[in-house]
Amino acid sequence: MPNSSPHLLIVGGGLAGLSAALHAAERGARISLFSVVPVKRSHSVCAQGGINAAKNLKGEGDSPWIHFDDTIFGGDFLANQPLVKRMCEAAPGIIDLLDRMGVPFNRTPEGLLDFRRFGGTLHHRTAFAGATTGQQLLYALDEQVRRHEASGQVEKFEHWEFLSAVLDDNGVCRGICAMDLRSMEVRTFAADAVIIATGGIGAIFGKSTNSIACTGSAQSALYQQGADYANGEFIQVHPTAIPGEDKLRLMSESARGEGGRVWVPKDGKPWYFLEEWYPKYGNLVPRDVATRAIHKVVYELGLGLDGQPAVYLDLTHIPAHELDIKLGGILEIYEKFVGDDPRKVPMKVFPAMHYTMGGLWVDNEHQATNIPGLFACGECEYQYHGANRLGANSLVSCIFGGAIAGPTAVEYARASTAAGSPRPFEQEKLRQEEINARLFASEGSENPFVIWKELGRTMTEHCTVIRVNDNLRRADAKLQELLERYRKLGLRDKTRWANPAFFFTRQLYNMLQLARVICLGALARDESRGAHYKPAFAERDDANWLKTTLASFAPDADEPRLRYQPVDISLLPPRPRKY
Amino acid sequence: MPANTVRLRIKRQAGPQAPPVWEEFEIPYRPHMNVIVALRDIAENPVTRDGRPTSTIAYEANCLEEVCGACAMVINGRARQACTALVDRLEQPISLEPLHRFPMIRDLQVDRSKLFNDLRRVKAWVPIDGTYALGSGPRQSPQDQEQAYPLSRCISCGNCLEVCPQYNTRTDYVGAAVINQVRLFNLHPTGKMHRAARLDALTGPGGIQECGYAENCVKACPKDIPLTDSIAAVNRQMVGHLWGKALGR
Ligand SMILES: Cc1cc2nc3c(=O)[nH]c(=O)nc-3n(C[C@H](O)[C@H](O)[C@H](O)COP(=O)(O)OP(=O)(O)OC[C@H]3O[C@@H](n4cnc5c(N)ncnc54)[C@H](O)[C@@H]3O)c2cc1C
Ligand code: SF4
Repeated sequence: MPNSSPHLLIVGGGLAGLSAALHAAERGARISLFSVVPVKRSHSVCAQGGINAAKNLKGEGDSPWIHFDDTIFGGDFLANQPLVKRMCEAAPGIIDLLDRMGVPFNRTPEGLLDFRRFGGTLHHRTAFAGATTGQQLLYALDEQVRRHEASGQVEKFEHWEFLSAVLDDNGVCRGICAMDLRSMEVRTFAADAVIIATGGIGAIFGKSTNSIACTGSAQSALYQQGADYANGEFIQVHPTAIPGEDKLRLMSESARGEGGRVWVPKDGKPWYFLEEWYPKYGNLVPRDVATRAIHKVVYELGLGLDGQPAVYLDLTHIPAHELDIKLGGILEIYEKFVGDDPRKVPMKVFPAMHYTMGGLWVDNEHQATNIPGLFACGECEYQYHGANRLGANSLVSCIFGGAIAGPTAVEYARASTAAGSPRPFEQEKLRQEEINARLFASEGSENPFVIWKELGRTMTEHCTVIRVNDNLRRADAKLQELLERYRKLGLRDKTRWANPAFFFTRQLYNMLQLARVICLGALARDESRGAHYKPAFAERDDANWLKTTLASFAPDADEPRLRYQPVDISLLPPRPRKY
Repeated sequence: MPANTVRLRIKRQAGPQAPPVWEEFEIPYRPHMNVIVALRDIAENPVTRDGRPTSTIAYEANCLEEVCGACAMVINGRARQACTALVDRLEQPISLEPLHRFPMIRDLQVDRSKLFNDLRRVKAWVPIDGTYALGSGPRQSPQDQEQAYPLSRCISCGNCLEVCPQYNTRTDYVGAAVINQVRLFNLHPTGKMHRAARLDALTGPGGIQECGYAENCVKACPKDIPLTDSIAAVNRQMVGHLWGKALGR
């Protein structure tokens, strides 16, 4: 008998999770929504610059097809094409929906939505709400989900951390195991389907542009339970961030979209190297290209500002009033954290780890992982961005992915049969409680925060802009050493109530396991494509490497096994990527 | 005190029932430190100034760029975000306390769920019919956008509630942040259609009449939201609304 009121568990309340929740709620599902931070504080609030949709409101002849072409080309032909095309076709409707929800998008004098330019395109395609677009979009979806919460259809579990999936004897996902971040109670939850929307993995790189909650711990736990992880080696390094002690704060691409120029002094004069090297796209070349250019200017040509790893991002030629309306949010960040006024002095920036193109493998249609009953959407999955994501394409992929995952999970749930025995739930709870007990009993000498620092340093040094096989081999050896040392750590704080050191230490293990997927994926891929650049293999190699990396965890060996899958290139034949 | 260290006094509380205690820490100074960096340094090696090992300090934080609202606490007597509290600009010892007007969880971590529940109470959303394709939203002038956007930047940090003499668990007052959201949604061309329901939600216990015009809120807001204007605007709407109801309109 079909299940008339299916129950979904959604893990993650960023844009992707909220979009899934909203679309599933509309189809009659009951939803339990889990998030480590209150939903409204999810990392999506950080998104600054905007969201892409080929609305063609600037008389430029833009179209979803051109958006699709830019996205595939920008991703160096590694993305499966049909789903990307669907996303680009859906994007204008997504903007309309957000507009109806009350997102205060910037407007033209005629009262229409305003659009700005972003990297990797020649069109004005990016809708924006000042320079805090992600915040405004997240709030809009949060408000709509709150409506369903008010009607009793959605129940939130905020300050709960997903630990693992509950899989039955046939490997079907029947629910999740989670921990209350206050009482530290471990509990299992049964459901007809589960959607994972846990976002990015920045913490694996120590410092990044991401929020603290972006640990990738959930994705890693699932990978260790048998979910395939795809294209892990593709890590986006954003060209312009403010170096910081705790975080590398992004200076959005919108700064360049609104006319910002990147330069360093050379022979006593400003040298606009991006404009010189890439006359067609100028400062708006895609991120991987801009990042490598800055790297070259600083490390090969020795032209970093005052010998430091930094270049100028200059807005001072733009009228202050215009800057305030369009970029106020990010100027405020620079002022508050650096103390200078970017309307008057050029900002000092440097590349920073920003985004993972890789993530949980999902199929080409339904956002379904290889584990039946388990779906994924948002930054935690791999579908939309190939080898390099274009700016302002993530927000749209999160909302689009959620809009697919929600309804397909409901459909799956309606057709699914009830979970059989309670045993898998008991077993999973026991397994997680044992992990907790071991950690509480740990008396070794290793300090988890020190291990984390070394992890971050290793990953940033060897798994970001430039990849060299010998270094990657050494990096993986280091990761194995860190995993070994993890087993000898001592948890000093044994408090059994809202214990942050405990939570962090648990996540750290998963970060280390996922780091190996990134590192070994990069080691294996002997070519350069998008964000993955190996000087020893400087060209894209379609004959051998136009394929998706799939990592699956081998429990006996305690490491990833890599295999490959063809990319669906049925719509656009690959062509050389030159800007 | 050597200039190359940072001193902090932190009010600790092991749990909701536990008695508060103050602990002092002294950690190496680094340029461009903020309070979050200091708390992280302490987490790496939680030892007090007099050499006593202690537990890790619990606090909330996420984005570290003052847009998620998580890391609000009372720093040198002032409610603010820890990420934008730069050590160079703070007098030492830097004192850290939890927000006082919310239920205690642990140390600097409190339970601000009332804020989110109150957003539900006042129906802080635009009532759309559904996510299916219904064309674009209503046209709006850039001037309207420039009025709405600043109101929409509230990060639910709770600083405005912390400094409000009327905000306490007794009266159930919703506070400035939530009233500001009512103003925001009552401005929106579609949101307006729920105007009466929102105003109704602001009458009765905990409603807008609890405001005592202390005007502390507007000074505490990290996002410069014109909170007193918002309260005044909603009050004006309320007068019309209540007259309308009284006259049976
Ligand atoms: C500074 C910055 C600026 C950006 N600007 C743009 C932009 O302008 N345009 C654009 O398109 N993209 C931008 N991006 C990228 C974009 O913001 C993200 O990719 C996107 O917001 C991710 O959304 P999400 O819903 O997948 O995840 P998130 O918003 O990160 O949400 C993840 C959710 O999962 C929850 N969670 C995580 N782990 C667990 C767990 N174990 N248990 C329970 N819950 C868990 C979290 O609490 C959170 O609710 C930017 C990124 C950064 C870092
Ligand atoms: S109105 Fe200002 S102070 Fe109050 S919660 Fe919102 S951002 Fe914080």
